[in-house]
Amino acid sequence: MSTTTGDTPMAVAEPGAGGSRIGWAVTDSWTMTRRELAHWARQPVQVFVGLAFPVMMLLMFNYLIGGGKGIQGDYAEFLVPGMFALTMVFGLDATMVAVTTDLNKGVVDRFRSMPMTNGAVLVGRSVADMLQSFASLIVMMGVGLTIGWRWHGSFAGVLGAVGLLMLLRFAMLWIGIYLAMVAGKPELVMAVQILVWPVGFLSNAFTVPQNMPDWLGAAVEWNPMSATGTAVRDLFDNDPGVLGTSWAAEHAGLLAVVWPVVLVGLFLPLAVRRFGALSK
Amino acid sequence: MTDAIVVEGVRKRYGEKRALDGLDLVAARGTVHGVLGPNGAGKTTAVRIMATLLRADEGRVEIAGCDAARQPRELRRRIGLLGQHAAVDEELSGLQNLEMFGRLYHLGARHARVRADELLDRFGLADTGRKAVKQYSGGMRRRLDLAASLITEPEVLFLDEPTTGLDPRGRAEVWEAVRSLVGGGTTVLLTTQYLEEADQLADRISLIDHGKVIAEGTADDLKAKLGGDRIDVVVRDGAQLVRAARLLPGPGVDHDDVTVDADRRLASAPVADRMEALTRVVQALQEEGIEAEDIAVRRPTLDEVFLRLTGRTEDQDRMKEAV
Repeated sequence: MSTTTGDTPMAVAEPGAGGSRIGWAVTDSWTMTRRELAHWARQPVQVFVGLAFPVMMLLMFNYLIGGGKGIQGDYAEFLVPGMFALTMVFGLDATMVAVTTDLNKGVVDRFRSMPMTNGAVLVGRSVADMLQSFASLIVMMGVGLTIGWRWHGSFAGVLGAVGLLMLLRFAMLWIGIYLAMVAGKPELVMAVQILVWPVGFLSNAFTVPQNMPDWLGAAVEWNPMSATGTAVRDLFDNDPGVLGTSWAAEHAGLLAVVWPVVLVGLFLPLAVRRFGALSK
Repeated sequence: MTDAIVVEGVRKRYGEKRALDGLDLVAARGTVHGVLGPNGAGKTTAVRIMATLLRADEGRVEIAGCDAARQPRELRRRIGLLGQHAAVDEELSGLQNLEMFGRLYHLGARHARVRADELLDRFGLADTGRKAVKQYSGGMRRRLDLAASLITEPEVLFLDEPTTGLDPRGRAEVWEAVRSLVGGGTTVLLTTQYLEEADQLADRISLIDHGKVIAEGTADDLKAKLGGDRIDVVVRDGAQLVRAARLLPGPGVDHDDVTVDADRRLASAPVADRMEALTRVVQALQEEGIEAEDIAVRRPTLDEVFLRLTGRTEDQDRMKEAV
């Protein structure tokens, strides 16, 4: 190329072995995270809709759809933690849409033709999505407080609950990335978007499994989202005392850790492998 | 000095389909190499393999001295890629895109910014650098894409159908940019469906079809392959076209080399001697009572080389059988 006057001589830093390669991995991941943050800055409406959607669901279920039959005490106390868990599960959909959009545009090809760290695209995605969901959780807690929900446990319990919710979101993140890469096309994303609803609703977010037929109640109790829901109700001390006596219900705290860890253990390697297989 | 692009016996299959079937390609440093072929010939697959986006099933790929299978990262540091679809982030501004790519090339934050400004300036995007790319015109988007491919001044630049879908003005802009790049040592590999583009820009051309090279050389070499001059006859009555076509070949010319275009009522054949052919054909047409609208002797076009080597349209095939 004929060098125009004023062109900067290109001295591309050569990441050597070991430490600096990890350094570049961190730098690249941060660059990719910044990309997502820049998207937010350019699409404030979309960010607002993303935050408002679970709030709308919460208000609908609290005021319009009079669930809560069989729940003793204030329904908000029961519903709000369940909605936290549901918000985390619905994050799967957001992740999947974002990854599919990227893959269907040429920009991922450019990333892959550059000497950057391979996984940085995925790390950037996950950091950004976790930040978004954390923000969403804070907003939801704020709205929850205004409609009468309170935590009664210790502050450590609150932190623990937030931790479990983010862990659930982390599992959903990798399922979302994997599914996006398997499905690939926006039309198939729609199918998953629809299927997220029954999975999210087949849980104890809105009501207790005891109100359901036995077979359905059992499915609900073993839903990973129910485990998180029950565990965080426990940590917030919102337990209305009707959360069931099955093994799954009694060990919700354990399951709320084991389920997401198993899901991440399964889908993270699958997603990473799938990303590598883009060159097949 | 070694060649900038060396591709040897590369094969790539997708299930039953052979996308590349033993592709060979060599380009010297500082040249523009055109890869010409119809849709589905394997052009894009070839570029994706050379740019390490795809792995070859078999064969050797060496770009700027780096082996694609063993040194993908070193290879990526030395190439730029302009794919068929704009490989930029549509939501971000031009400036944000170039800065991001600069950081990912590890220029460092400050350097990446300086470089982004330089490139925006150079590609006439300085005024629109802060607008989101989705508001750009097709030509502007392509220029930004090209700028992104040039952040590190690559040794080898791949351009995969860089002007497909652009209007004539956008096309001229891209050609202009490509011309300004060559000469300074950058090797450009350009795929295209447009013969004119290859003719205009490429030093050498590889014609590919069904995943392999079927002809290679300069535009003149390829034209010469058709055997020099041709005679064209346009008949008044399309029904007489086949009969006219049969009259065209002179001594030593194979009937297989006659082409007919039913829509234009045109028959064309290679000729050994221009004047001999002209008088012979005029006379033969008169004897047969075939009225000609136009008769001309001319040099072959690259289109004919292309058609001849990649196969003709169905219509032409059918007409040829009749001949």
